[in-house]
Order: sequence, then C-alpha cells, then structure tokens
Amino acid sequence: MLAEKYADRIEKIFSKYPDKRSGIMDLLYLAQEEYGWLSEDTLREVAALCDVDPTQAHSIAGFYTMFSEKPKGTYWLQVCTDLPCALRGADQFYQELCAYLDVDDGGTTSDGLFTVEQVMCLAACDKAPMLQCNFHYYENLDMDIIKGLIEQWRAQAQQEAAE
Amino acid sequence: MEHILLRDLDIPDIWQFDTYMANGGYDGLKKAVADHTPDEVIQIVMDSNLRGRGGAGFPTGRKWSFIPKDAEIKYVTVNADESEPGTFKDRQLLEKNPHQVLEGSLITAYAIQATAVYIYCRGEFWDLAHELEVRIEEARAANLLGENILGTDWSCDVHIHLGAGAYICGEESALLNSLQGLLGQPRVRPPFPAQHGGGLYYQPTVVNNVETLANVPWILLNGAEAYRSIGTPESPGPKIFCMSGHVEKPGNYELPLGITFRELIYEHAGGIPNGKELKAILPSGASGPVLVATDEVLDSPLTYESVEALGSTLGSASFILMDEDTDMVWAAAKMNHFFKHESCGKCTPCREGTFWLDRVYERLLRGEGTARDLTILENVPRQMQGVTLCALGDFAANPVLSTVTQFRAEYERYIQSPEPAAASNMPDAAR
Ligand SMILES: Cc1cc2nc3c(=O)[nH]c(=O)nc-3n(C[C@H](O)[C@H](O)[C@H](O)COP(=O)(O)O)c2cc1C
Ligand code: SF4
Ligand code: FES
Repeated sequence: MLAEKYADRIEKIFSKYPDKRSGIMDLLYLAQEEYGWLSEDTLREVAALCDVDPTQAHSIAGFYTMFSEKPKGTYWLQVCTDLPCALRGADQFYQELCAYLDVDDGGTTSDGLFTVEQVMCLAACDKAPMLQCNFHYYENLDMDIIKGLIEQWRAQAQQEAAE
Repeated sequence: MEHILLRDLDIPDIWQFDTYMANGGYDGLKKAVADHTPDEVIQIVMDSNLRGRGGAGFPTGRKWSFIPKDAEIKYVTVNADESEPGTFKDRQLLEKNPHQVLEGSLITAYAIQATAVYIYCRGEFWDLAHELEVRIEEARAANLLGENILGTDWSCDVHIHLGAGAYICGEESALLNSLQGLLGQPRVRPPFPAQHGGGLYYQPTVVNNVETLANVPWILLNGAEAYRSIGTPESPGPKIFCMSGHVEKPGNYELPLGITFRELIYEHAGGIPNGKELKAILPSGASGPVLVATDEVLDSPLTYESVEALGSTLGSASFILMDEDTDMVWAAAKMNHFFKHESCGKCTPCREGTFWLDRVYERLLRGEGTARDLTILENVPRQMQGVTLCALGDFAANPVLSTVTQFRAEYERYIQSPEPAAASNMPDAAR
C-alpha cells in the first residue's frame, strides 16, 4: 500500500497545498511509478488518500495523457508528430520506428518491452525528431541513434530481469 | 548586446546559484523589498509597459493592480504549461536560467503581497521540475523565499505543481482548476483570477507566463525607462522568438520587439534550408492565423499591433516556418487534429466542430473530398468563433479559415484529384 510505503513522500505532497484534493495528480504519478499503471483498485486507493470520490480520480486519470489506465511496455516511447516536428521528418521517423519494432501505431511489442505512441508538441520542436521515454527527453534523433538506444534499453531490461 | 532573458548564452553556468548570485542575482528582489513599497513595484512594472508573454499581451503591471488589497490570502501562479505547438522558450528559461524566473516570481509575490507561489509545470517537464525543486531549496537557504524573506515580516513559499499532459491546462482558469485537483477545464468568468472568488482556491491570484516574469528583475534593477528604450513604445522590451519548422537554425532568439520578420528569419535564424522559398509563416504556433510570406509581411515589424494589423497575432512568438513544398491542407489538418485532441469537451461548438473538421480533413487527404467539404471547412470554424468558454475554440478556427481563404487552390486540388496524399504526409487521424 502506498500510504505505508511512501508515508514521507505523501506527507510532503500534501504539505504543498491547503487541501488534500490538490495532491491527487502527484499521487497518481506516485501510484503509476509504483504499479506501472492505474487500475481501478489503485484509483480507489488514491481517491481515499485525497478524500475524493473514486469516480473523480477516474475522470482525472482519463483527462491527462501521462496517466495510463492500461499497462504499458517497460519503455513507453512517446514520439512527437505535431506540425513543427513533422516539418522536420517526425512522421517518417515514427513510421520507421514502428516498422523497426514491428508494432502498429499505439501498440506494444510482443515481449512487452516497448509501447509506441504519437503525442502532441513537447516543447522541443527545435530538436526534432524527438521522443519522451518514461518522462525523459531524447532529442535530435535519427534511426541510427534510436536503434542504439533501443539496444541499451533491451540490455537494461535483461539485466534487471536477471537480478 | 547582452541577453536579458536567455542569459545562459552569455554565462553558461547561470543556472547555478553561486554564478547567478555573482552576476547580480536576486538584486532586483533585494531592491524591491528594501527600497520600494509593494505599490511602487506595481507602478514601476506598469510604467515599463511590460506585456504578458504567454500569448495575450496583457499589460503585466495592470494585471497586478487588480488584486484587491484587502484580501488576506493571495497567490502568484507561474504558467509553465508551455504546450503551444512551436513554443519552447519557457523550457530554456527554466532549465538554463531558473533563478531569474524564481526571482521574477518573488518580486511579483512581493508586489501583491502573496502568501504563496505555485509554479504549474507541464507534466512532460518532469526532469526540469525536479531540478527546479533543488533551485528553490537553494533560494530558501539564502532566505530569498520562505519565512521572513530577507529579514522582513513578509513570508512566501514557492511550490511546484506538475500537470500531466493537457494543453488546455495552459489556459489560466483551467490551470487553476487542475492545480486544485479538479478536472482541468476552464471556468466561467467573471470572476477573473485577480478577483475575489476567481483565483486559486477562489482567492485573488496573479497568473503570469514564465517569460513575462523573467523580465521583472531587470526592470526593477534598471528602471521602467530603460526597459521602454528597448523595442517600441507599444511593445517594449526583449522577446524570445521560437523558430521551428523549415528554418536553417531552429532554436530560441532573444531580440527586441520591433525588428522585422525578415531580420528574424533570414539574419538571425539563417533563412530557409536547401535554398527553398519561404511560403507561409505561423507567428503564434497553431493558434494564430497563417501568414503568406509576402514582401509586405517580411518587411513588417514584429510588435503586437503590427502582426495583428497583418491579420494574425504575435501570441507567444512561436514561429513555425513552411517552405514552398509544404502541403498547406496537410498542415491545417495537423493543426486541427491538435485542437480536436486538446479540446476539453465542455463547449459543443469546440468539441463537435474540431471533431467534424478532423473527419473532413481525413476525407480530403484520402482523396475522397467533395466540393461540399470545402463549404464545411468555411462554415464550421465560423460557428466556433466567439461563442466558447475559452479561446481554444477561436484558436481552432484560425488554421482552417486562414488556409482555406489564402491557399484555396491547394484545397481544390485535393477535390479534383482522386490521388491520396503520400503516406508520410498524413497526420495520424488520416491513416
Ligand atoms: C488554450 C489556451 C492555452 C494556453 N496556454 C498557455 C501556456 O501554455 N502558457 C502560458 O503562459 N499561457 C497560456 N495561455 C494564456 C493564459 O491563459 C494566460 O493568458 C497567461 O498565462 C497569462 O500570463 P501573461 O499575462 O504573463 O502572458 C493559454 C491560453 C489558452 C486559451
Ligand atoms: S472552447 Fe474548447 S477547450 Fe475551451 S472550454 Fe470550450 S470545449 Fe473546452
Ligand atoms: S512539435 Fe514536436 S516538440 Fe513541438
């Protein structure tokens, strides 16, 4: 349970605001970090912590693209294909990435390692093509660079599985 | 000239507390607190004629003057949601010159005697926000924020709130709702954020953009007159121009307002790659009307008034450039798709309008468009203008109407020719 395991972090979150409700987004992040995604049970747990109705936790989770109510791959690749990036080849980059990983738009690789999605502008348009992987930015990409990164991530996942 | 905002270009380590302090850091705050009453600070910023850099260009000092003096609890909210396509200036400021943004926020807080500052960072700025927490603690350790700031009886804490991926939360009233743990949808106004009942936790609140606040320390230190000597009388000061799309040197450029489009694009940003001609300019990301790159446009000064006179808006000065080979129907489809995705769904014209327009663009790009679709593209956006709760409905109409009127022949080509667009040129909705 989050309340026991992360008591300090939760207290710090609540200390920022005059009411508990304002902590809900930080807590959803915390829950997602812990469980990988936001299940019905998790949403109920977060709702109880912030004194809100579970349906409200549900609608907030659904409103934002960075919260996921479904399991994602270990590496969640969000490629920006918005207009400024697309003018610098992001659409083609995205298609080649999908082909390389053998997934459809929005899909997850069969080994569960990678989910690929298109997202709107990430405020990095001068460094296109770019993507966000588990909240970190990778910029000025091409297929060679991303293939190298994918190898690194695969190795990292293997190592973690072995441990 | 030395940079006023993007000071990392002159002093790469300016993000470090010691470097910032060694270069006049927090002197603006110290001067405000030691030499001026809160009202005097508001007056100085009013006299500087600083205008909001988040898009609307509203006079900053005037906004602060609306805060009722009798309110016990008041807030400053820093808008770091930066999600407009083509905008990436606030990110550079927060990453590379964070203490200046903090200092500007604290001067603002002093001016309205705020009890707390909340910095609303878009969720994707995850790494940046966690770094910023460290910067806040550095300033706290130096008594520049927190309890009894600089030995006075004024206390003000600074907190970071992370969004989670929703463009609409950059709209100030949606931002306040999101911060309060409510759904990030705009509020009915009045009351406005500065008024009783309209702000954060319904207390009077100033909402300012990151870049706006980054101007404030310099104004305090150098005075309103010095600030007005930069730029033009109606649009004074430096502005960060974000250059993206078909441009030789994409990136941020800090230049005085009033330089021309031509100077910005060709002298500073290196012109258009591969010797191509510039065809169209979006001066305010996806939200403002597109401008055809005529000589008249290129020789116009970049001020709030003159870009408006050309039929567009300067907005946050996010320049998306498109060369002669760009398919304007495809570009408009991309932008409409963005607004369809980002509409919060509260108002019917915005929600349904962007949805139907998306369907029409899909059809057009598949080569299945009809003459009737052109009529829809002309009519639907007009029904979205001026009738919605927030400006997103108006923004969404702009790319469609401005391309249909100015690049009509390109639309007609899609209707006459049965050829589908090249796959790589299609936005995802069209696939
Ligand atoms: C749909 C929409 C999105 C907006 N996004 C942002 C944004 O990301 N950042 C920002 O500073 N202002 C944004 N604004 C403008 C804000 O509502 C507000 O005017 C601004 O933060 C005020 O600060 P300023 O006076 O310093 O410019 C947006 C407005 C709308 C209607
Ligand atoms: S105009 Fe669109 S984004 Fe704005 S409140 Fe209405 S539905 Fe929401
Ligand atoms: S359009 Fe991709 S980061 Fe802005």
